[in-house]
Amino acid sequence: MLKYLDNFGRYCLLVIRSFSKSPKASIMRELIVRELDNLGIGSLYIVSIISFFMGAVAAIQLAANIDSPLIPMSTVGYGTRETIILEFSPTVIALILAGKVGSNIASEIGTMRVTEQIDALEIMGVNSANYLIFPKIIASLIINPILTVISMILGIYGGYLACTTTGLIDGTTYLYGATMDFKTFHFIYALIKSAVFAFVIASVSAFRGYYVEGGSQEVGKASTKAVVNSSISILLWNFILTRLLLL
Amino acid sequence: MIEIKNLNKVFGDRQVLYDINAVFEPGKCNLIIGQSGSGKTVLMKCLVGLLEPTSGSIIYSGIDFTKASENERKKIRQEIGMVFQGGALFDSMTCEENVAFPLRMFTNWNKQKIADRVKFCLERVNLSHAHKLYPSEISGGMKKRVAIARAIALNPKYLFFDEPNSGLDPQTGIVIDQLIQEITREFNTTTIVNTHDMNSVVEIGDKIIYIRKGYKHWEGDSSSIVKSNNPELIDFVFATKLLKRVQQTF
Ligand SMILES: Nc1ncnc2c1ncn2[C@@H]1O[C@H](COP(=O)(O)OP(=O)(O)OP(=O)(O)O)[C@@H](O)[C@H]1O
Ligand SMILES: [Mg+2]
Repeated sequence: MLKYLDNFGRYCLLVIRSFSKSPKASIMRELIVRELDNLGIGSLYIVSIISFFMGAVAAIQLAANIDSPLIPMSTVGYGTRETIILEFSPTVIALILAGKVGSNIASEIGTMRVTEQIDALEIMGVNSANYLIFPKIIASLIINPILTVISMILGIYGGYLACTTTGLIDGTTYLYGATMDFKTFHFIYALIKSAVFAFVIASVSAFRGYYVEGGSQEVGKASTKAVVNSSISILLWNFILTRLLLL
Repeated sequence: MIEIKNLNKVFGDRQVLYDINAVFEPGKCNLIIGQSGSGKTVLMKCLVGLLEPTSGSIIYSGIDFTKASENERKKIRQEIGMVFQGGALFDSMTCEENVAFPLRMFTNWNKQKIADRVKFCLERVNLSHAHKLYPSEISGGMKKRVAIARAIALNPKYLFFDEPNSGLDPQTGIVIDQLIQEITREFNTTTIVNTHDMNSVVEIGDKIIYIRKGYKHWEGDSSSIVKSNNPELIDFVFATKLLKRVQQTF
């Protein structure tokens, strides 16, 4: 318990330090663009595939469970859209990114720690936390909501294709359901979640990498810890935000 | 000039450095020698501020670094260049970008001026063909040289080297040693080198401090070290059979 609190304290201090004393704006901008490319474009492929199939499976499962003639088949479109917007796109994508981006961040920063690159930055008088972590957090905050929206569109489209190609329900019925009774707030709630998760993934993984001690083995362990810690934090925040925003 | 006064460093319940006193003058190569684990790296990290000393003071040209404000520290740091044991080059950047990094961070120079300085520094360490290569694509000796080029980019007053020859063959080691000596003379830097390489001791040791189990055990220069009759020092310096034979010729 004490160790947990100690870690949490160090984590908070690191996040605060990463938000203070920036170098020149031009250099920071360049770093953020690099991270956008690195974290965002690099994840687009996996996010697309997963979202598409998630939507397809969700639609088929819903369709398979509607036995009663009293429930209209357009419910499939409606149900798919709601599960995708509320939960699948923000949360599942965040968990996938915790695995991909989280381990990437932790091992990159951890390697820089054990090869003394972070010391080299500090010697020069560069705030290493700011230089290394801030651009990753900002890039994640920008890119994660965008990826989430892309994931929503592809997920709903995946459901559409699944329904039409298998002949479960026809396209117009699905689309009628998918556009029925759209709540903007649900969409906003999803974007808020994706931004919070982005912050969690980038900062927790960076924390794990930044405090590595030892060699390449410890870097490996740190990146596993980064994935586990950020996944658990995501699930916790998911619960807290849902309780706060939806009820 | 750097002065160390009554420096102690304790980790938890383990004391690593005991009451170190020393003065390092500009234009000279100051060597810190000692067995593995004797505390050389810890001493150097205290000097540059990567570790906080438990007690004692470190004085850079009259300013007490240990008591300096954040701003004063930053100023001193920008006059420090350090070459780490493994080079510590940023592996996401080419050699050229590594050398340009401190210039881009801390000067308002334009692209051309930075490029000129980078070229000068890389040529100074005899590396004019590796500009576009990444650290993973060059040899250990080349990495050390790029690291030296990066360390001298901002014209530092103080230069630190942590085991500049480790992992290099003796010939390349001597080339690096000579480079360190030339740069020290040329730019009148206060240079401090951690080493357990006896070639360096004899080649470039203007002043040598021998650290033993965390204490300063002996101080002198490269000519007095070979004539010394301090038993622990002799055992350390002439550790191999080859060196013992060499000792008899002095
Ligand atoms: N952060 C730390 N926490 C606790 N002990 C440390 C720490 N850093 C170093 N030490 C201890 O201090 C002692 C001196 O280590 P140091 O790295 O200075 O040795 P060294 O003289 O540089 O050795 P080498 O020649 O092998 O590099 C070692 O016994 C080491 O275990
Ligand atoms: Mg050492």
